[in-house]
This record gives sequence, C-alpha cells and structure tokens, in this order.
Amino acid sequence: MEKTLRKDPAKKIGSAIAICLIAALYILLFLLDNVLPANGFTLMLIPVLKKGAIYSLICVSMNLLNGFTGLFSLGQAGFLLVGAYAYAIFAIPADQHPAVYQYFDGGAIGFSIPEALGKLLGENAGAFLGSIICIIIAGLVAAGFAALIGIPVLRLKSDYLAIATLGFAEIIRAIFQWNSLGPVTNGSNMLRKYTSLSAIKIGSVKLATVFPFLIAMVCIGLIVLLINSSYGRAFKAIRDDEIAAEAMGISLFKHKMLSFVISSFFAGVGGALLAMYQTTIQASAFKSAMTYEILLIVVIGGIGSISGSCIASFLYIACNEWWLRFLDSGSFFGISVPFFRDGFRKVVFSVLIMVIVLFFSRGIMGDKELSFAGLVRKLSGKKAAQAAEGGDGK
Amino acid sequence: MSAFVQANLPYLLAGISVGGQYALIAIGYTMVYGILRLINFAHGDVFMVAGLVMVYASASMPMYLSIPLVLIATVALGFTIERVAYKPLRSAPRMSVMISAIGVSYLLQNCALYFTGGLAQMYPTIPWLSNSVTIGGATTKMVTIVTPILTVALVFALVLFIQKTKIGMAMRAVSRDFETSQLMGIKINSVISMTFVIGCFLAAVGSLLYFTNYPSVIPTSGAMPGLKAFVAAVFGGIGSIPGAVIGAFLIGICENIIKGLGSNWTIFSDAFTFVLLIIVLLVKPTGIFGEKATDKV
Amino acid sequence: MSEKNIVLHVENVTMQFGGVIAVNNLSLDVPEGEIIALIGPNGAGKTTAFNCITGVYEPTNGLVEFCGLPMVRNFPHGKMKKQYLGENGDKYIHDPAISPTPDKITALGIARTFQNIRLWKSMTVFDNVLTAKHMRAKQNVFSATFRTSAKEERRMREETAALLEEQDLLQYKDELATSLPYGLQRRLEIARALATEPKLLLLDEPAAGMNPQETQELGVFIQEIRDKYGLTVFLIEHHMDLVMKISDYIYVIDFGSEIARGVPRDIQNDQRVIDAYLGVSEE
Repeated sequence: MEKTLRKDPAKKIGSAIAICLIAALYILLFLLDNVLPANGFTLMLIPVLKKGAIYSLICVSMNLLNGFTGLFSLGQAGFLLVGAYAYAIFAIPADQHPAVYQYFDGGAIGFSIPEALGKLLGENAGAFLGSIICIIIAGLVAAGFAALIGIPVLRLKSDYLAIATLGFAEIIRAIFQWNSLGPVTNGSNMLRKYTSLSAIKIGSVKLATVFPFLIAMVCIGLIVLLINSSYGRAFKAIRDDEIAAEAMGISLFKHKMLSFVISSFFAGVGGALLAMYQTTIQASAFKSAMTYEILLIVVIGGIGSISGSCIASFLYIACNEWWLRFLDSGSFFGISVPFFRDGFRKVVFSVLIMVIVLFFSRGIMGDKELSFAGLVRKLSGKKAAQAAEGGDGK
Repeated sequence: MSAFVQANLPYLLAGISVGGQYALIAIGYTMVYGILRLINFAHGDVFMVAGLVMVYASASMPMYLSIPLVLIATVALGFTIERVAYKPLRSAPRMSVMISAIGVSYLLQNCALYFTGGLAQMYPTIPWLSNSVTIGGATTKMVTIVTPILTVALVFALVLFIQKTKIGMAMRAVSRDFETSQLMGIKINSVISMTFVIGCFLAAVGSLLYFTNYPSVIPTSGAMPGLKAFVAAVFGGIGSIPGAVIGAFLIGICENIIKGLGSNWTIFSDAFTFVLLIIVLLVKPTGIFGEKATDKV
Repeated sequence: MSEKNIVLHVENVTMQFGGVIAVNNLSLDVPEGEIIALIGPNGAGKTTAFNCITGVYEPTNGLVEFCGLPMVRNFPHGKMKKQYLGENGDKYIHDPAISPTPDKITALGIARTFQNIRLWKSMTVFDNVLTAKHMRAKQNVFSATFRTSAKEERRMREETAALLEEQDLLQYKDELATSLPYGLQRRLEIARALATEPKLLLLDEPAAGMNPQETQELGVFIQEIRDKYGLTVFLIEHHMDLVMKISDYIYVIDFGSEIARGVPRDIQNDQRVIDAYLGVSEE
C-alpha cells in the first residue's frame, strides 16, 4: 500500500504544491509583518490571520479528542485557561511584577524566563526562545492538569463525560480566581505585560504573524503524525466501537488518557498563544461559552477532519471579526439598515451555525481531509491553478 | 447555637429559595433527558428568555397580563425549539443532538444580546412576591417563602399527572423504551412536545421566582442556573423527578452556605456544585434515585 | 478427555444479575488444539459465559484459568454477599479477587468475535486488521508519532497484508469493513481476532445468519485456521450440523446450568438436550 502510494505521481505533485503554497504563505506573512504598509486592509487581515492560526490549533486539539477518539469532552476552555496562565506567569518581566501583582505584594514568582534568557542571549533571542520555553511549559502544565482530571472522569460515558469535563473547567476557573492563590495567579485580576507576539523578532525583523503560524503548524503537524500512526488508529477504533477495541487488546483507559493528555497539551499551547495575542488575560473570560464556540467551529469544519477544523477556524474568525462586521455597523454599502446594529452579526452567525448543524451536519469537510494529491487526481491536467484556493497553509 | 442559627438563617433561607427555583428548572432537564437522552443545553437560556420576556411585557402591560404572557411565550419557545432543532435529528447520533442544543443555546444568547443591546435589563417588581417579610429575625422577600411551597405543590401535581393521566403513562413508556413505545402506537412526537411544554412551563415559573431576587437580567443569566439545575438532575438520578427536586434543594442550600463562609470562598460557590457533581458521578454515576443500565455485548 | 494440556479451565463460574442467575456454577475444560463447543437454547447464558471469560463481565463467583494460571477469580462480596443465590459462594473467598479488563485478557492470548458483528465501521478492511496488531507492536506514542519505529509499522503492514491474503480478503483491503457482504464480515472479524496472535479463539455464533452452504464452508475454515495457527477454538453455535461436525467435545447449558457434556455422538442422542431444545410437554 505504502509503496504504491509513493510512486503515485499525483501525490508527488500534490506535496510539491503544498510545499510551494506553504512557502508562499510564509513569505506573505513575513511581508505583512515587515514590508507592507499598515492600511485598512492589512489592519483587518493581520489579526484575523494570527487569531485564525491560534484557533486552528485549539480546534484541532479538540477534534483529536471529540472527533478522533470519540470522547465528548467540554473542558477545552479550562485547559486553554491553564495554558494561558502558565505562559503569562512565567513571562512577566521581574520589574513589572509590582505593577501587575499590585494587590499581592508583587507576587510570589520573581523572575521571567524570556527575561532571564534575554540577559544571556540578547533581548530578542531571549524573547523568542523564552516564549517558546514558556509555551512548552504551558502545554505541560495543561497536560498535567488533564492527567489528574482524566483519572476520575475518563471512566464516564458520553454525556456524563461531557458534563464532568465542563464541571472541571468551571472548577479550574474558580481555582485560578481564588484570592489565596493570588501571589501566583493574581486572583481575579488580569495578567498583563508579559512577552506578547509583538516582542517576537529576530534582529529588526518582526515575526508577530509568522510566529503563531509556525507554532500552530508544528503542533498540528505533530497531531497529524499521531493520528496517522498506530496510536491514531487505536483512537479511531475506540471511537467506532469501544467494546471491540477493548476485546482486541486496546486498553481503553490508557488510550483515552493519552488522547486526553495530548489534546490538553496542545490546548495549553493554544492558550499560551492566545495569551500572547491578546496581551492581557483574565480567568473570567474562559467560560463554558468559549468551549461551545470551539466545538461549533469543529462542527462547521467537520468532526474528524483536521483540515476542516483549520479552514473553519479561519472562516469563523474572518467572518466574526471582519467580513460580517458591517452587520453591526448600521449600514450596508452606505444604505442605512435600522436592524443592523450591535449584536446583529452574532445573531446571523448563530443562525448560520444552526443551519449547518441541522442541514449540513457533516460540516465543510465531513471526516475527509483536504489533500492536494486528491485534488490533482481530480483535476488531472488542469493541476495547480484551481488548487491554490483551498490552501490556508495547513 | 441560636446565635449561629441567627447568623446563618438568611443563607439557609436563600438556599431553600434558590433550591426551589433550581428544582423547577431541573425538572425540565430531567424529563427531557429521561425521554430523549439529551442534555438540553438550551434549557437554561429558555429560562433567561422567560426573564427577558417578563421585562419587556411588564413595561407595556399590567402584571396580570404579563405573567400569563411569559408562561405562554416560554412554552411556545420550548415547543418551537424542539420542533425545529431536535426533531429533525431524531435518528442522528446523540452527539449531533447535543451539539444542536449547544447551537440553540448560542443562538438564544446572541438574540438576547441583540435585543437588549448588551445592557442589563431591570427586572420588574412583582407585587406581593417582592414584599419583605421577617422570619426569625431575618428579613427576606416573600418569594423566599413562596418558592419552596409552590415548588412542592407543582412537583406534586406533576407526579400525579405522570402517574394518573394517559399522556403521563405514555411518557413513562417512552422513557423506558423509545422504539417499542413507538411500535405500540404511542405518538412519540406529541409526547416529546408535551415534555418540552411542561419543562418550559416550570422553567418560566422558576424564572419569575428567581429573577425577583435579582435586580436585572443579562443574556448569560441563564447559563449558570441552567448548569446547576442540570447538576441537580444528575445528582438525584437523571430521569427521576423527586431526585431532581431533592438534588436542587441540596445544591441551593450548600451554595448559599458557602457564600456565607466569607469572601475568600464566594468564588467557589459555583465551583462547589461541580465538585459535588464529580463526586456523585464517581461514587454513584446513576445518581441517588437513578436506575442502572447495562450495555449489551 | 485426553491427556492434552488444558488451555482454558473454567471452574464454578456463576454470574448473577440482581436476582437472576444467568450462568450457574459452570465448569468446563478446553484442551489444547481442540475445538470445543458450548451450545444451548436461546437465553441459556452462553454469551454471558463468554463475557465472564473475556473480562467484559466480572463473574459473581468462580475461577477461570488460562494455561494453568488464574486469570479471573471472584467471590460474592459487597452487596452481592447477601443476595447471592448460587453455589460454592465461599470456595474462592480466601484468595484475592482478580478481574482484569478485556484488553489484558486479550494480551494473555485469548481473542474473540462477537455475536452481532462489531467491526470498526469507519475503517477499511486493511485498517481493521492492522489496528488489531496495535497491542503487540513494540513502540510507544513518541516513537510512533515521530516515525522512529517505522520498521515496526512496516512489519505490521506486511503481516496484515499476509493475513488478509491467507483469508482471501486482500482484494477488499481498501473497502470499508461494513460494506462487505455479511459472510465476509464474519470472516474479517475472525481475521481481526487472529491479528492479536491468540492461543485460544472464542467464536460467538460464527455461523449466525449464514446459509447452509456458507455454514459448511465456515466449518472447514475454522478447522483450517485451527491447524494453521496452532489454535484452540471454543465456540458458541446454534447450527447443530456445524457443531456436530467440527467439535471434539460439547458442553450443553440451559438456564445457565450445564445439562450435558460429551462427544457429539452422545450429545445428539441425549434426552435432556433434546428436551431443552424442543421443550418437554408437562403432563
């Protein structure tokens, strides 16, 4: 099977196209960061791209759990919160501590990893490497929380699992807002002044948009590798039929735990990136509504499709923050429409989502993946020209 | 001792009152779950919408008209949601229906956001219910005393309804075995609609009582009470009406006692509910009054 | 019974659900290399007995040994202590209870098929068998993700292809498992069980829904795989001609209890068995 595929010319052309598109995307991102002027268009485009990349990772991490392992977990907001906080806590420069932790005597942690590395390697390299280390810490802390939570909850089935994970996310939120942990988490106050995306640069070359794409792509790449490995097949077996999977020697607890911990690791990384993007974070924002939002994106993209999740994330963010803005503005191409006011965009949006859920329940991609090899085979002869559209860089 | 009671009486009273309100919402969850095996995530938002309808209705018409209007509008909303969002998915996997419920919840919240313009809406003062009374030295609103009495009365009526009437019998049959009941000629759709009608009616009553204790309604007002009521339903054994009521009172009381512990702990009054949930799920996943179900291999 | 090694030894296994005894004090032996059948009318407790052996259920009481080592052992405890209606309630009370999950039992070398076919429906025929190889693969999640155990993966794929070839399923390898005709799905389920490299194969009504022609082929097939893979086979079946033809020894149960045991010829003429299947008129 492998051998026949390797000789497949369509696959060769497909991967060549994918590589070219990814390279083109990064060049574009680089230009956006450094060369292109800041006009109305790029000012809208850049945040959408950044947030879209981050949401892609978050949605893919949820899809790994819900779509590939069949565990209906609603705890994603909790792990995002853990990741965001773990990142921020280790990335606030020491001299900013008194300002940030003003109600807690400057907090309990007196150092910042990017800053400490900055002293060794120079400011920019320190921020770059330090933030990567903090991101990894964020993932590990989230994974640790998941391992603890997983022991009790992974024994539960379908909707009980959903409600228990939702409950744990709420408990996590309460713990992070608890005053007694204030010296670390700053209680219910926000964390700020940590190393954000705009601090990521090499020399004078800014990488604020390139960076989240880079991290998200590496992480999504790892998830894809995992899903296509023997473990990924075991996850799918559990999703399809638990009893058969167990009878074929696949330990349910071990594999569910693996999936849960890995998904939470990447959710933590996503949370860290989100913190970098937002420049301030507050536990009260990570409500269950956030999990619902992520779940709906996964559904729009197609449960069980990585590329679907990515496409849906960019579409969702672009619609939400850019393309459907006019619905809130009170006018449409200069004509004033009385019911176009604040919040109308969200109404239209939720109606769209309901339409997708009810009538197109397979989402954009179903459980299929976007593959350039497949496209090439379909369009054989016409090749690349049409394929360029669906790229999204993943 | 009496000093302790004196100090905690307000919290206990508030707990019983809130517990009764949760119970009224929880019944909607537990009945829908019993029949459709669906966590109706939108139920808490229906409850919130009932609050908003009351706000708008009372602004333009007298109280004796607006209260029935709230009840009717909420029931109509519940009926419509079932017909539009759940009925087409009758044969779909359970996860799809749950996602649809989450979608409805999202839609209701966003609609509420649009209509209120994101501003908190002042809840009207319902005469008599909002009057102050003093019990054992603690001053509270009339609603605190009315809630538990009304809750118990409604639950009693509901249990009678389910035990004695024909449609009640059909409901019990459907919750036992969906497909067989269908084969026996029970009109599944009307039974399910009836379940939603009853659940939403009780949620509307609950919302009248609940929001009387709070100054205003916001689009997310329904989320937390909804989740807590669901936990209450799980706690009592999902599908069991008395279980849901007992669970709701327990959660209401515990939550208010935690609020009474001091400001450092207030943040945990919501989280506590979920701690309770997880403990119940681990120790007795089927809840106090739930029945055990086994998978056939 | 011959002098062969006993692969599976079941002793006093009782399974009680609430007040109902589904399997009552069942004892049997499955010697190496033989085909042993468990038969009985509908609802006799055959599948429940299978589920007790494979760890899906925890028997209320009794002992199951695999190749001489205790694999499952339990005694009535907790709530069941008072409610227990079976026999030998105190026989195993002195030893600690053992109740491994089904995957651990499969790892010991027991594989099974299901009465109502349970293939992984979103996977291809090839992936169904390949996934069953996961348990025996020498890899961990990192080596699998980073492809450092690519050799192992290649070995699994080659073995899967070989296994499918032997079962005449290779031409369907890229089709969805559930799109196969019923008979082939049964055969695929057996192939998937073989992929876990078992010593003992438990077949739960392998001929259910098959016509006489297919049933006969299945009988030959079961004997073939037994010889080829050095297996021991323990099966539940309703098709009497199949059972009589291929099994070396037969246990008959009804209402959870054993009513007869013996070689096919004896069972065929056993009055109790005939009564159990046809019913006795009460005079």
